[in-house]
Amino acid sequence: MSPHDGPEHDHEHEHEHGPHPYQPDIEDSGYTERMVMAQAVEELLIEKAIITADEMRAQVELMDSREPALGAKVVARAWTDPAFKQRLLEDVNKAAAEMDIDTGTIPIRAVENTPDVHNVIVCTLCSCYPRLLIGLPPDWYKSRAYRSRTVREPRVVLAEFGTEIADDVEVRVHDSTADLRYIVLPMRPAGTDDWDEDRLAELVNRDSMIGVSLAGQSS
Amino acid sequence: MSAARFQSGDGVAVAAAYPPGHVRTPYFIRGKPGVIDSVVGNYPNPEELAYGRDGLPALPLYRVRFKQTDVWPDYAGPANDTVVIDIYESWLEPTS
Repeated sequence: MSPHDGPEHDHEHEHEHGPHPYQPDIEDSGYTERMVMAQAVEELLIEKAIITADEMRAQVELMDSREPALGAKVVARAWTDPAFKQRLLEDVNKAAAEMDIDTGTIPIRAVENTPDVHNVIVCTLCSCYPRLLIGLPPDWYKSRAYRSRTVREPRVVLAEFGTEIADDVEVRVHDSTADLRYIVLPMRPAGTDDWDEDRLAELVNRDSMIGVSLAGQSS
Repeated sequence: MSAARFQSGDGVAVAAAYPPGHVRTPYFIRGKPGVIDSVVGNYPNPEELAYGRDGLPALPLYRVRFKQTDVWPDYAGPANDTVVIDIYESWLEPTS
C-alpha cells in the first residue's frame, strides 16, 4: 500500500490538520529478543562458512515458491488415480516427486478423510506444517488459540471455520509434534465424477488440506 | 537403532513425567492411556539434538491414538473422537 492509499485520505480536510502521518517502517516496531537471536545465528552461520548468504536466500526463495495449489494438484491426482492415491498414502514425498514436486527430506504423511473419519492437523508445540508441499502456514495456524483449542474442542473450532461434522463421524486430530508433517486428503465432492484433474484441483483449498474445511466447501 | 518395543494395537501409557528442558511430548497427554496406531521408524532423539548432541541411538517413534474422553474427562464431543500424537518410545510404558 502506498502512503497515499490510506483511509485518512477519505477525509477531504486531511491536509488542514498538520503534518502528514508517516507509514511506519518495518524496523519501527522494534526487534524482539528472538529476532535478535535469529539474526545472530544467521550471521554466525555465514561468518563460520557453514552456509553462504546465497544458500540462505535460495532456501527462503524455495519456501516462498510453495503454495497450496501444489498440494491441490497432488490431491486431485489421488482422486482420479487410485494407484497414485495408494502410493500417496504410503509416502507423500515419493508420490509428489512423481509430479516433479520436491518436498524435501522431512517425511510428509497423508491422512484420508472418509465418510467415517474427518481429520484435522495441528502442532500443539510449535507450528509444524508441510511447507514444502503447500507453502507457509496461515497466521492462525501458529496462534496459541488454534494450537490449544484444536485438541481440546476440535468440533467447536471446526464450526468456527464453517465446518460442521456429524456426530457419527469420528473427528481425528493429528498433533504433529515430532519428525512427520501431515496433510489431509479431503473427500472428493459428490457430483464431480466427470471432472478432470485441473478442474478438481480448483476445489482443493489450503484449509481443506489442514482439515478445517472440506474440499469444495468454498474458496 | 533399536528395535521397536511396541506394535500396532498395543496399549500404552504416556509417562507422567515433567522433566525440565526441551521436551517433545505435549504436557496435556502425559499420564494418558492410548493405543499404538502405527510404528513410524527410528529418529534421533530430539530432546538430545536440542542440546547439540547426536541424539543416538535413534529412538522408535510411534503414532499413538487416544480417545478424547480419556484425554479430557469433560470432553464435550462424541465418544468416538480421537487425537493421534507422534511420541518417542522413551515416553511410553506398556499397559497390556
